[in-house]
Amino acid sequence: MYAASAPCWWTALRRTRRKLFGRTLPLLSLFAAFSFVTMMFNLPLPGGTTGHAVGVGIAAIVLGPWGSLLAISLALTIQALFFGDGGITTLGANCFNMAIAGSFAAWGIYQVVSLGATAESRRRVVAAALAGYGAINVSALLAAIEFGIQPMLFHDATGAPLYAPYPLRIAIPAMLAGHLTIAGMAEAVMSAGLFSYLRRNEPALVGISPLASQVLPQVPRRLWGALAVVLLLTPLGILASGAAWGEWAPRDFANSATRAQIAVASRAAAPPAAVPSGLARLANVWTAPLPDYAPHFVKSVAFGYLLSAMFGVGLILGVVWIGQRVTRPGGEP
Amino acid sequence: MSAGVMARTLRGFTRALGQTLVSEHSARESGLLQALDPRVKLVGLLALVVSAALARRLKVMVALFGLGMVLAVASRLSLWALAKRVWLVALGFTAMIAAPALFLTPGVALYRLPVGSLAITVQGARSALLLIARVESAVTLSTLLVLTTPWMHLLKALRTLLVPVEVIVLLAMTHRYVVLLTETANQMFESRQSRMVGRLSGHQQRRLMVNTGGVLLSKTLEMGNQVFLAMQARGFRGEVRLLSDFRLRGWDYLAICGFAVAAATAVVAGR
Repeated sequence: MYAASAPCWWTALRRTRRKLFGRTLPLLSLFAAFSFVTMMFNLPLPGGTTGHAVGVGIAAIVLGPWGSLLAISLALTIQALFFGDGGITTLGANCFNMAIAGSFAAWGIYQVVSLGATAESRRRVVAAALAGYGAINVSALLAAIEFGIQPMLFHDATGAPLYAPYPLRIAIPAMLAGHLTIAGMAEAVMSAGLFSYLRRNEPALVGISPLASQVLPQVPRRLWGALAVVLLLTPLGILASGAAWGEWAPRDFANSATRAQIAVASRAAAPPAAVPSGLARLANVWTAPLPDYAPHFVKSVAFGYLLSAMFGVGLILGVVWIGQRVTRPGGEP
Repeated sequence: MSAGVMARTLRGFTRALGQTLVSEHSARESGLLQALDPRVKLVGLLALVVSAALARRLKVMVALFGLGMVLAVASRLSLWALAKRVWLVALGFTAMIAAPALFLTPGVALYRLPVGSLAITVQGARSALLLIARVESAVTLSTLLVLTTPWMHLLKALRTLLVPVEVIVLLAMTHRYVVLLTETANQMFESRQSRMVGRLSGHQQRRLMVNTGGVLLSKTLEMGNQVFLAMQARGFRGEVRLLSDFRLRGWDYLAICGFAVAAATAVVAGR
């Protein structure tokens, strides 16, 4: 895991090196120290329990993914080296899961959920909470996978695991149970709370200019134009022959022409003689509202394609619009 | 506010500050490991930690743990303090993780519980013992490094592992501010606790903790600006120089041989 983390640290250092000897140097160190200290805060959670936050959510929002990656790695290194709380051999894995993957997950979630939100929008607070919650759970999932594959890779002649003893089917639920509830909630509460505090007192730090706080970022017209062109071009999809690889229906396994196409697309590997039992069982669980992208009442396949694409895009835009209305403070337009 | 949450947080701060003081004090004792060059100690103890991580045999891990105990005694470290700070904490944490493996690992039944159909398997017991022994030996050896080396010497020694100088500066600054911010947070909680009468609801408790975190973050950022200005005022222009005054002596060469033999033996015997 050190080998996996090293390129990320190197890139982060390269990206921040130019700024590292300006204000960024003390800012990174202090943020790392702040993260370390907040790890000791006992945060009361709904239900009567307490949890600890790592601070990766707010670090990613304030410092960006690369700065956050460095700051959280520093905090974990101090914890492992100086306080002996993390372990030296596991430091690489801890940094990869929490500092690297956690920072990128938090930053990505915040960017997506807060897209187009005004400075005062409650959606930004929700985005900060989700960023912290998502980051911790992504980290926990990665750790669970690293634990879970160890019994397969390292065991002695009698079958006794040499390192982590639990397979994936136990490691994943065991890790996620605690993180989806207590640890995730602690991180969400801390991220949202600190974000609200910073927005009120240090708005520039969370990327909000006080002067432009009321201006809703506009989607560029060129983006709408490109989206319209892509929509109009969707019927081109019917020019492609055969079924998409891996998107086969049960009936495709009975059709000799489709079987030949599957074999060619699968590098001459013959498809199974019968429909795979899992596919047969699950094929009818969910029937799409627009099966095969073409409604039955539409005779023209190309027009059906276009209509389905417009419906899909409209549905997504509708959900985003409703989300914006719901999370806008005071229901203002 | 329930006294529990704030008291536990304050206890955490006190423990962290106490560990810092203990480490600085024990690093200045006149013992075996304290007398070694920090670079030799860093590389040597890390080699032993890695050999403990690679070992597949219980007796090798126990031997490395025993070596750690001998080095601790020779370095005038209290075994009781080591037990309280490291061994019992690691044992409790690892045993909690390892306990279900006794029953969940498939294999030959070693002991069948009188109630229910659960059985401890040979493979489960072996796996749990390996996990505990590995963690205990690795944590003991890495704690020896921290307890016998002043922090700034340890950081300078990291240069031998090709750690970039920027990272060392960042680690040095981070460590300094960890201590400072822990003291600041401690004072903030103590002053809040001394002004508090009655109990707070769960929501109010969360609000208090998050607000304290926010104020601490504001203080952190303000301090960052002050530190930057102080660095500028003292002539900092982006160049970092570490004073490297380490000198290898005869005793260090002997220690290099000792660490190399111990680590190589553990790797070969542990396979």
